[in-house]
Amino acid sequence: MLLQIKIFNMKQKIINILQEIRPEFDFAQDINFIEEGMLDSFDIISLVTTLDENFSISIDGMDILPENFATIESIKNLLIKNGVKQ
Amino acid sequence: MNLTFHNKTITGILTVLPSKEVKFEDEMESYNFSVAKSLKLKMAMGYSKHRIVEDGVTISDLCVFGLNNLFENELLRKEDMDALILVTQSPEYFMPPTSNVIQGKLGLKQDMICMDINQGCAGYEIGLFQAFMLLDQDEINKVVLVNADILSKKVSKRDRNSNPLIGDGASVTIVEKSKKPNTIFANIKMDGTAFDALIIPAGGFKTPSTPETAAMIEDAAGNFRSLDNLVMKGDDVFNFVQREVPPMIEDLLSRAGINKQSVDYFMFHQPNKFMLNKLADKLEIPHEKMPSNIVENFGNASGVSIPTAITYNLGERLISESYLICLAGFGVGLTWASILLEVGQLKFNTIINY
Repeated sequence: MLLQIKIFNMKQKIINILQEIRPEFDFAQDINFIEEGMLDSFDIISLVTTLDENFSISIDGMDILPENFATIESIKNLLIKNGVKQ
Repeated sequence: MNLTFHNKTITGILTVLPSKEVKFEDEMESYNFSVAKSLKLKMAMGYSKHRIVEDGVTISDLCVFGLNNLFENELLRKEDMDALILVTQSPEYFMPPTSNVIQGKLGLKQDMICMDINQGCAGYEIGLFQAFMLLDQDEINKVVLVNADILSKKVSKRDRNSNPLIGDGASVTIVEKSKKPNTIFANIKMDGTAFDALIIPAGGFKTPSTPETAAMIEDAAGNFRSLDNLVMKGDDVFNFVQREVPPMIEDLLSRAGINKQSVDYFMFHQPNKFMLNKLADKLEIPHEKMPSNIVENFGNASGVSIPTAITYNLGERLISESYLICLAGFGVGLTWASILLEVGQLKFNTIINY
């Protein structure tokens, strides 16, 4: 139960951050943010900077690829890979 | 490719920056993006202000101004200059070399070598390599390396990818034979298959400038530029840097038998704060050892960015102190190169305004 809450919190935190960067889009939808044009490369830079600050990590530069920011799931996996505990 | 040089040293560095300063906020409305989005980008990338030349100013103006300053202050004598290496992507003419133009303007002796090298982001390293090699000649004792670029003239003011970060400037670095024996470790790699990652597509012999090449076209991200303008594949360049630079630095230090903690400063090319901080994190180098404050204060003037980082961040400390410094340049070409050397006890290490 506790694990589920943490995962939910991480998901919600990611959505909140995305909404702040591009308030005109609904990031709770299950769609590909890159293909739908909801995030461009400069949004990804803003997103990485905000994720680094909020989760106290430094996302590896090699991981800053569009596919890692295409969905909430892929962003979550990226955070876990870069040291955020589930 | 690994390189090793012996018994060479830098004895002075001067950076010449245009006095004209343009603030990011003043240009923001030229970009096809919301103000809020541009301000977020400003924070992440470190865009704040940049120095650009006034119309009509060329690189020889900056270089002659800098060299005359050294002559007037008796920090350099004309007769001691055995070679003048100019690294630039902003030549005054296709022919002759701009280094010859500078030689003529300054009235330098004929018994010397002048040469232009077309390089950019790694232009400081490549210029130093050439200086070190020339100094192996018996009759060459002092090489003046000049890096200079005014690429603001080739960037579209409506291109948010490039315009906020581009700066103009020149630097003069004096390179001599070292009285104390030393070994300088270096390496360099190139990948010409990605030649168009950073390019000015028109204006050369392949695609001469015409009214058609000057037509402004909107790209997928909403930037406007023409074929006469500089274009950068930002994502590709970022990924190239993150992939290639960390192993290059690890290899350099390993070959020199030096651990990262023993290096006092990592003076890298200055594309933007975000990229440099990511490199520092990947290499596990404290951010204070890798300054990333040149774009935000002056803009990125290509091969001038490293000498600017050294003069701005270390200034007079390098007159009295000596530091082990790792230099790294990466970008146009693609080219990536690094050098590990002791720098200190300089005759001068300062910035002047043109």
